[in-house]
Amino acid sequence: MESTSPVAILTLMIRSRTFERKIEQLFRTHKMHGTTHLAIGQEAVHAGVALGIDSSDWIVTTHRCHGHTLAKGSSVEAMIGEFFGDKRGLSKGLGGSMHLIDLKHHNAGSSAVVGSSVALATGMALQLQRSGSDNLVVAFFGDGASNRGVVHESMNMASIWSLPVLFLAEHNEYGMSSSAKKMVSVDSIADRGSSYSIKSESIDGNDVELVLSKVRDAARYIREEKRPFLLETRTYRFSGHSKSDKLLYRSREEEAEWAKKDPIGRYSQILVDRGEITYDQIAEIEQSESENIDTIVASYLEDHQELTLEESMEYVYHDEVSL
Amino acid sequence: MKMMSYREAIREAMMEEMARDENVVLIGEDVGCYGGCFTVSSGLIDRFGTRQVIETPVSEEGLVGVAVGAAIMGMRPVVEVMYGDFSTLASDPLLNHAAKTHFMSAGAQSVPLVYRTPMGSGTGAAAQHTQSLETLFTNTPGLHVVFPSTPCDAKGLMKCAIRSNNPVVFLEHKNYGQMGLVPDDEYLIEIGKADIKRIGEDVTIITYGRMLDTVTQAARVLEDDEVSVEIVDLRSLRPLDTRTILDSVIKTKRALIVHEAPLFGGFSGEIAATIASDSKAFSSLMKPVVRLGGREMPIPFNKHLEAAMIPQVEDIVKAATSLFG
Repeated sequence: MESTSPVAILTLMIRSRTFERKIEQLFRTHKMHGTTHLAIGQEAVHAGVALGIDSSDWIVTTHRCHGHTLAKGSSVEAMIGEFFGDKRGLSKGLGGSMHLIDLKHHNAGSSAVVGSSVALATGMALQLQRSGSDNLVVAFFGDGASNRGVVHESMNMASIWSLPVLFLAEHNEYGMSSSAKKMVSVDSIADRGSSYSIKSESIDGNDVELVLSKVRDAARYIREEKRPFLLETRTYRFSGHSKSDKLLYRSREEEAEWAKKDPIGRYSQILVDRGEITYDQIAEIEQSESENIDTIVASYLEDHQELTLEESMEYVYHDEVSL
Repeated sequence: MKMMSYREAIREAMMEEMARDENVVLIGEDVGCYGGCFTVSSGLIDRFGTRQVIETPVSEEGLVGVAVGAAIMGMRPVVEVMYGDFSTLASDPLLNHAAKTHFMSAGAQSVPLVYRTPMGSGTGAAAQHTQSLETLFTNTPGLHVVFPSTPCDAKGLMKCAIRSNNPVVFLEHKNYGQMGLVPDDEYLIEIGKADIKRIGEDVTIITYGRMLDTVTQAARVLEDDEVSVEIVDLRSLRPLDTRTILDSVIKTKRALIVHEAPLFGGFSGEIAATIASDSKAFSSLMKPVVRLGGREMPIPFNKHLEAAMIPQVEDIVKAATSLFG
């Protein structure tokens, strides 16, 4: 896991923001194919969670998975390769932007059927518990997915079996175009924990040091008390749902209010005030991250390599055991 | 050889594999002291405890999803869903996840899971507990689908399904008390191999699951009429043993396909297409392929209507006879 020094945390968030902006541009200009789901504005959740757990703990993510994957340690090269459908990508171009997986960094992958991954994470935790492991699994899900039946079934099972799951509700106010205010029966998803006898808390997800500290507390609780935990992080998706979103469902005023709570702007100000870094140094980090990504993108555009259809079909089934 | 029931054969296969590998874990509703809805797992919890027999709440989607996640981490779950009809609830973890995990991770992950569930009618349980939904699974690459008809096949296929590193949909018929001979020594039956249950010369009847019994009875009637029937029991629907089907049809020059599911969009269409697409088999046919299946209706509760809506011995005899003359 990367260092949790304040500058390292800020750098990670800047990398994620820069990465997302570049990806947005590449899709907009049709250099990348398919669709993508950005999480601009949610960087504090991703950094705080990934740095608050052990590197050997697992995450299971969602269709909006770039930030989680970067924060857990995946290489920008392998991620961008995947977005280009290149065989050097994280899953050789077979998964794409919504399906990032990196077992080396204990990222067990993402489901683009929102909420379904929560059951997978719960099952992973069941096997970890059976095998005597001390690790936990973070199950990311959004406010939209919080209404899926399988999320509730999973919480119930995690509770009755006391599984090491950190249910991580990333409440960004919208499931696609639908406001959580209209679609979720509770003001805070954390309130649903009590239905399953799962301890829970709701926190400001745009305060990275708070997220980091609460995730550490939750991870300690899960390991020591051997119980699951539900942590709701309140944040905001500055970007649209996907590349075709015209943002008709929310006001520019609301966006401006949340912009004041931008996790990167806030943390930059805090670190400058503390004397940990200067704005010039932050600009240098931004410049360096941007150049790094540009170089990687340019190299993929210049030299594209992909699997043949026949090669890709080799991955449909695992080899059978010989009888 | 020893005589045992279809139920006992499946149980014995699970027991042997659970004893061999402690990562083989039975997961399902009421699979503990109750022994599962059809008492297939009776006694397993006494022998293997809650470490290898995990009883779940009524959460079909959740429990199958949990099994998929556990399988990714090294468990080899055997999931029981008490009625095949509830596969609608389990379809997301099976079709969207288990079937695609190996592919979407470019081989980094695999899902060595067996999904056990009984299909079919004959229990008086009405339309939501008696369907044959095999085609829900057969059009999904990434899954294996097997449907054994006899105790011997059930045991050998179950052991192979558990050892497979791919997700296997293991469909059971509900005649769990059906007796049959099973080898004393350990054996495996490879997924993807059909079995010729009866050698004949004049007509090939292709079937699977519980319909094998009805087809076998029909073959005896036809034998009295001096029609020699070859019965191909598919055992595995995906992968499909096309070679065995084609060789038999080329030999007998007549093909009848029988299953319990409704014909429209049913698996018999795939078999008929397999025959029609092979120039040697197609050109050898003396008559067009005939298919028999359930009526195009939900399964009625009424005992006589329930029995009458799926192919009967006389229907099969009549259909086979129509292939001559």
